[in-house]
Amino acid sequence: MQFWIIQTLNSLAFGGLLFLLASGFSLIFGLMRLANLAHGAFFMLGAYLGAAAIRSIPGLDLWSAALLAGFSVAAAGGLLERLVLRRLGSNPLGQVLVTLGISFIIADACLMLWGGDPIPMPAPDYLRRPILFAGIAFPAYRFAVVACAIVAALGLYLLLERTRIGAMIRAGVDDMDMARAIGIPVSKLFTAVFCLGAGIAGAGGVLGGPILSAYPGLDADMLPLALIVVILGGVGSLLGAFVGSFIIGFIYTFGTALLPDLAYVILFLPMIVVIAFRPQGLFGRLRA
Amino acid sequence: MRTVLLLLTAVVLASLPLFAGTFYINLASQILIAAIFALSLNLLVGYAGLTSLGHASFLGFAAYASAWASTNLGLGFAPAALLSITTTTLMAACFGLIALRATGLGFLMITLALSQVLWGLAYRWASLTNGDNGLTLAGRPAPFGIALDGAGAYYWFTLAVFAAAFTLMAVFVSSAFGSALKGTRDQPRRMAALGYNVWLIRWITFVYAGFWGGVAGLLYVYYHRYIHPTSLSITTSAEGLLGVIAGGSGTLGGPVIGAGLLVLLKNYASAYIERWNMLLGFVFLFIVLVIPEGIVPGVRRLLSRKGSGKP
Amino acid sequence: MTAPALEIVHLVKHFGGIPATQDVSLKIMPGERRLIIGPNGAGKTTLFNQITGDFRPTSGKILLFGQDVTRLTPHARAHLGLSRTYQIITLFPQDSVAHNVVLGLMGLKGARWNMFRPLGFYAELHAEARHMLDRVGLGALAEARVGEIAYGQKRRLEIAMALAQKPRLLLLDEPLAGLSSEERATIKQLIAAIPRDTTVIMIEHDMDTALDLAETVTLLHYGRVLVDGPRDAVIADPKTREVYLGH
Repeated sequence: MQFWIIQTLNSLAFGGLLFLLASGFSLIFGLMRLANLAHGAFFMLGAYLGAAAIRSIPGLDLWSAALLAGFSVAAAGGLLERLVLRRLGSNPLGQVLVTLGISFIIADACLMLWGGDPIPMPAPDYLRRPILFAGIAFPAYRFAVVACAIVAALGLYLLLERTRIGAMIRAGVDDMDMARAIGIPVSKLFTAVFCLGAGIAGAGGVLGGPILSAYPGLDADMLPLALIVVILGGVGSLLGAFVGSFIIGFIYTFGTALLPDLAYVILFLPMIVVIAFRPQGLFGRLRA
Repeated sequence: MRTVLLLLTAVVLASLPLFAGTFYINLASQILIAAIFALSLNLLVGYAGLTSLGHASFLGFAAYASAWASTNLGLGFAPAALLSITTTTLMAACFGLIALRATGLGFLMITLALSQVLWGLAYRWASLTNGDNGLTLAGRPAPFGIALDGAGAYYWFTLAVFAAAFTLMAVFVSSAFGSALKGTRDQPRRMAALGYNVWLIRWITFVYAGFWGGVAGLLYVYYHRYIHPTSLSITTSAEGLLGVIAGGSGTLGGPVIGAGLLVLLKNYASAYIERWNMLLGFVFLFIVLVIPEGIVPGVRRLLSRKGSGKP
Repeated sequence: MTAPALEIVHLVKHFGGIPATQDVSLKIMPGERRLIIGPNGAGKTTLFNQITGDFRPTSGKILLFGQDVTRLTPHARAHLGLSRTYQIITLFPQDSVAHNVVLGLMGLKGARWNMFRPLGFYAELHAEARHMLDRVGLGALAEARVGEIAYGQKRRLEIAMALAQKPRLLLLDEPLAGLSSEERATIKQLIAAIPRDTTVIMIEHDMDTALDLAETVTLLHYGRVLVDGPRDAVIADPKTREVYLGH
């Protein structure tokens, strides 16, 4: 019983982290038609920045570290978008390759700066003790991560559905040429969305710290999962990223716990089913 | 002029072990292996217009399969190689079925995701792959009783395979089928209206590219006598793709030159710095931002400009 | 009784709720010259794209020479003798004029699967392509790169590629678009000379030229067939006048 509950909670927490990573990736892809392969590296960079901040600034708690790392990574993402990706606007393949190159650079820079050993990150004291209920111990921090993911999802939803910027983003995702034609400042929107996506990923890295810690290869572990989430949920769909993240969170966590050898193969299966029967993803719309 | 140049290259390549030292012979072997890998990827990237970021799947899988079959099944080199190439090609057939549901960035993401799954398997399924320790090969094969343990002997073996691979792939892209393939790259809708089964053409090319990627994997594992999960990683796929693009995708010489330069860079740079991945990242930026068309088309353009005197 | 070259039965196509084709039924007999007219946005090209198989209809049936092809792929329909040209020129600009025609010829031949014989070795394909180019007056340009030839020549090449396949049913999508009056006269001759074993359906805005070529006319309006019949009857129909002159 304890096993199932713990694993369920782990799945939810991991799904929440995946959502923080995949929602930005999906939004960027949906709006800019850009597969940002540096997204896993943003997540890892956030984790390292958060760990470094907690270590060097006394009294800094995890939440402030997450905010700090989120803003830093958002700024880095903005620079990347403005200075490099922008120049390759009409060359999607070039953009992908550049983000891949950037991901190598970030990963290696992290290795250079912070070394090869994992850096653990403690959860805040008040979340470190498990919550006891009906004789079963629930790890409290997992709940906090799920809550963060839900808050982020709600925030993104409100941003997209209830604000002017959100309306512009939705218009751009639906039909870029039309959005341009009716005078939406597409260029600023691109930068804003790229910053937003990068920032959420960076903050997600810090929030994942107490569960995953910061280690070299975190980017390569997370990026494919984000890809699978987006392929599964549908490109550019917030709901798709949300549902996909938790599906993959469950499959990955239970797969690793029950069939550690084959966890990765099991990840395959939902992706293949979706690609075979619904290539646009569960919640993606078909583009003409 | 062209024939003379080709002939000269062939003579130099064939006689290399007679005058070069072991270090250079081994370097040349590595270049040839990387070139076969890049050429096979170029079938997709350059001729089918399908950019794959998962081509290491075929190199790594073939290498693992042959090493595993040799050590665990006790197979000889020839049957192990046959088994490895057959299974790799079959895997390519399956991967193609999945990845070719999409084109463009979708194709790129699916190939990347598929290869990352294999990479994760190689790490995690330790009972099969020995995990992070990798698999070791007892020695190199000895086809027709000729031992390939020496640097020179292995170089010649690799050169022979390279010559065959290059010729067959050159014939492939200039064949009737190859012309149809290029048509599907440029105008897929028009090609379908003309009676071409665009999907099938792409799938066949995908499988063929997987086959040659597997051949490169065999040469790779024989050369190193060892295989590690990194050979399945995105870095390996990216290096191949970078070789293709740096040299010039859609040309025959480009991937060979691009892959060769990358191997040289890796070897010389690793003598001075540890940060190969970072350097690789910067090379990516440089190529995409400065010479996006690649070296071979770039040089060709410069030459034709000089030749015709046109701006 | 011979089967119609093309029969369309209650064809409907929606794009995300917006109707583009609404209950279209047509019958075009072998050898017929049919002109499809209608204002912009009437669904003419959408109709073509459903005949070729580029778009799946929402409902309804399409029969080519009596065979139901509604669920067939575009390439399978090409093998039944269907050929088309594009309103927006769709050629292979990096390749030579002759190579474009060779691609058209090869599409219906087994040679297209041969991976071991260079395309240059297929002398008969190249000869046939040359012959076709001579027929449309592009013989002298056979080795020119398509990207470098004039617009009007590209229009002729579009038609040459389609005709090279000796289609039983040929769809011409605005073959005169953007041409000068002399060029139009050349294309008109070219279309008039198409043998009668090829059925021709043409979308065209240039009535002066197109009506001369047509025997029957279909008027589409908002995705519906408004008027359909022999040329003179359709011209005389008040609904035609209303769509083209009225308001």
